[in-house]
Amino acid sequence: MSTAQTVRLHPSPPETREAETGSKAMRKLTGAQILFEVLREESVECIFGYPGGAVIDIYDELSRADVRHILVRHEQGAVHAADGFARASGKVGVCVATSGPGATNTVTGIATAYMDSSPLVVLTGQVNTSLIGNDAFQEVDIVGITRPCTKHNYLVKDVRDLARVLKEAFHIARSGRPGPVLVDLPKDLVQSSTDYRPGEAVNLKSYNPTYEPNVKQLAKAVRLLRQAQKPLVFAGGGVVLSKASDELTRFARAIHAPVTTTLMGLGVFPARDPLWLGMIGMHGTYRANMSTAECDLMVAVGVRFDDRVTGKTDEFAPNARIIHIDIDPTSIRKNIPVAIPIVGDCRRTLKKLIRMLEDENFEGLEERRLPWLRQIEGWRASMRLSYEQGDVIKPQYVVEKLHEITSGDAVITTEVGQNQMWAAQYYHLNGPNCFITSGGLGTMGFGLPAAIGAQIARPDKLVVDIAGDGSIQMNIQEMATAVQYGLPVKVVILNNGYLGMVRQWQELFYKRCYSCTEMNHAPDFVKLAEAYGARGLRATRPDEVEDVLREGIACPGPVIMDFAVAREESVYPMVPAGAPITEMLLV
Amino acid sequence: MEKEPHQKHVLSLLVKNEPGVLARISGLFSGRGFNIESLAVAETMENMVSRITLVTTGDHSIVEQIKKQLNKIISVVKVIDLEESPYVKRELALVKVRAKPEHRAEILRMVDIFRCRVVDVSPDYYTVEVTGDEDKIEAFLDMVKPRGIKEIARTGVIALSREKKTPGK
Repeated sequence: MSTAQTVRLHPSPPETREAETGSKAMRKLTGAQILFEVLREESVECIFGYPGGAVIDIYDELSRADVRHILVRHEQGAVHAADGFARASGKVGVCVATSGPGATNTVTGIATAYMDSSPLVVLTGQVNTSLIGNDAFQEVDIVGITRPCTKHNYLVKDVRDLARVLKEAFHIARSGRPGPVLVDLPKDLVQSSTDYRPGEAVNLKSYNPTYEPNVKQLAKAVRLLRQAQKPLVFAGGGVVLSKASDELTRFARAIHAPVTTTLMGLGVFPARDPLWLGMIGMHGTYRANMSTAECDLMVAVGVRFDDRVTGKTDEFAPNARIIHIDIDPTSIRKNIPVAIPIVGDCRRTLKKLIRMLEDENFEGLEERRLPWLRQIEGWRASMRLSYEQGDVIKPQYVVEKLHEITSGDAVITTEVGQNQMWAAQYYHLNGPNCFITSGGLGTMGFGLPAAIGAQIARPDKLVVDIAGDGSIQMNIQEMATAVQYGLPVKVVILNNGYLGMVRQWQELFYKRCYSCTEMNHAPDFVKLAEAYGARGLRATRPDEVEDVLREGIACPGPVIMDFAVAREESVYPMVPAGAPITEMLLV
Repeated sequence: MEKEPHQKHVLSLLVKNEPGVLARISGLFSGRGFNIESLAVAETMENMVSRITLVTTGDHSIVEQIKKQLNKIISVVKVIDLEESPYVKRELALVKVRAKPEHRAEILRMVDIFRCRVVDVSPDYYTVEVTGDEDKIEAFLDMVKPRGIKEIARTGVIALSREKKTPGK
């Protein structure tokens, strides 16, 4: 939990502010000025947004503020960019949109962040307080609309509440289980003035997340760990949010247990470690899914047992006692009964467990695990992730080559669908915060703006958006943003001329009736890139793939690489909806 | 596996008295398919804190999930599951009973027996105020239904836990 800083990071030029007598001095400021003071106190360096009538005062003040602003081309892009920034940096992402349609355009982005527990503060303009409820021009009840998909939201009606509300918003966004917080700002409020005192602490008596785990539960967990013959460590997005990748890795190695993760947890455990099983779930690896059926103890850390992971819940991990560590009590025992629920922060809990395990005598542990690990190796040998590379480029080949050329070191964002699944399966990660994907909501169009946000957060890294020809068109306008700010994001389009994942379902379950999934009228992506002022490259044969990737990566600016891939390739393994995850379609 | 009967469950919530809190709570119930049988809300003696008395139905795991989800809401200060210990439950109903001359005496006898009060009189109707637990209100309504009930307004259940009978602990 962090508190607001009282030290100013960027002293303001004297001619634009009243003289101060000390950092805690009270000054009369407008709502807009207060907003930027709070952003400064919260160490916000960059915001993403799009102007409009209701926020014109904010933008006027912005021109005098120290914070960087990235002008997007659609408010949805602003929210996804703030989200990508948050996921890549571990900080709170901030975005601004105007009232009415600007605000409604943020809803998909907010719901995306909500489902994946991303810390965001979304600032929307609102009509004058006197006009609220009057069907005014560009008025919407955005607080009402986003109530179900925000962690919390506010409509500020009095400028004297503004500083407190904004500080609370940041606190709520980043603490406990993170999430998006929306603050609706009426225009007249932003224009009016009040006394402002910096550095006041947040005081929310009704909100007290549990960070410290219960010691008795930990002791029970250690007892089970002692007895386990076939343990399995199962980690998810909560480990990323808790910044607990090191602890997770040490814990798994301490008990010498194999590790699998959800889509959201990819990267918390190094893929090159022999204990790594690959991703679990609907498109997880064979050995990861089979391990859940056979394990006798499952340590679930920072996961919520989503339906993409569990398959048929009655038949999930039937032989296992489950230890479930999560900061959110609502995730525990929601879908799956667990033997030992532990509410707490993943990092603190794992640290405590590791310390308790040090007192245990785990002699001969590696030998004890041999039969289990041998069983798992048997599964791996019998069914590896594979594809056949012929005359046509296989999408998996593109991802594998990308992985090879980048040494698995890039920050990957994805769109949604087959592109997302192949990225998860073939881009093996060795660290957290490098795989940014819309897991919970599955929002097509997330990848490109998220890549922009991630690039801003990590200017030193190569950022690649792995996309499909359908998804990339949903927020393609953000190419202009990338070009404007010289953000060298690389877009890899796995172009099969279909809405791939839906086509796959139609092939498997709807007798190949490809209703409305053929995308025959896509633009020429190379020309489109050039129209935006970016570089466009294309590969149509397997022997062109590596050269195109290398050229694109070496290019100093944003690039679209269009790979014409096999049209009807499907993602395997696949667990059909409603089936247990051990019943995978393998070919 | 035997299916647990869906019991009525009374929850008492202390919430911050802010705009939108009620909307967030009712939105939670509707969004997740939980059931609200009745809901009563008003201020408490504590500044800016209101109490919501809510009756829901569901089996044990559903009620557990409801309590956890309510706790998660930022504006909810405390979730009290009244079913966990003895509590006092009351409801108030205003009932407009058709009062034909030949039935007036009988209705007034019912009012007396149930210890209610007549709060409005007109040539054709008595409005009766009934206070008690749900069983009492249902019983009164059953008795006067044959006479004709024109309108009824009920508050829904309010409840408070019973304090311990033995001093201190």
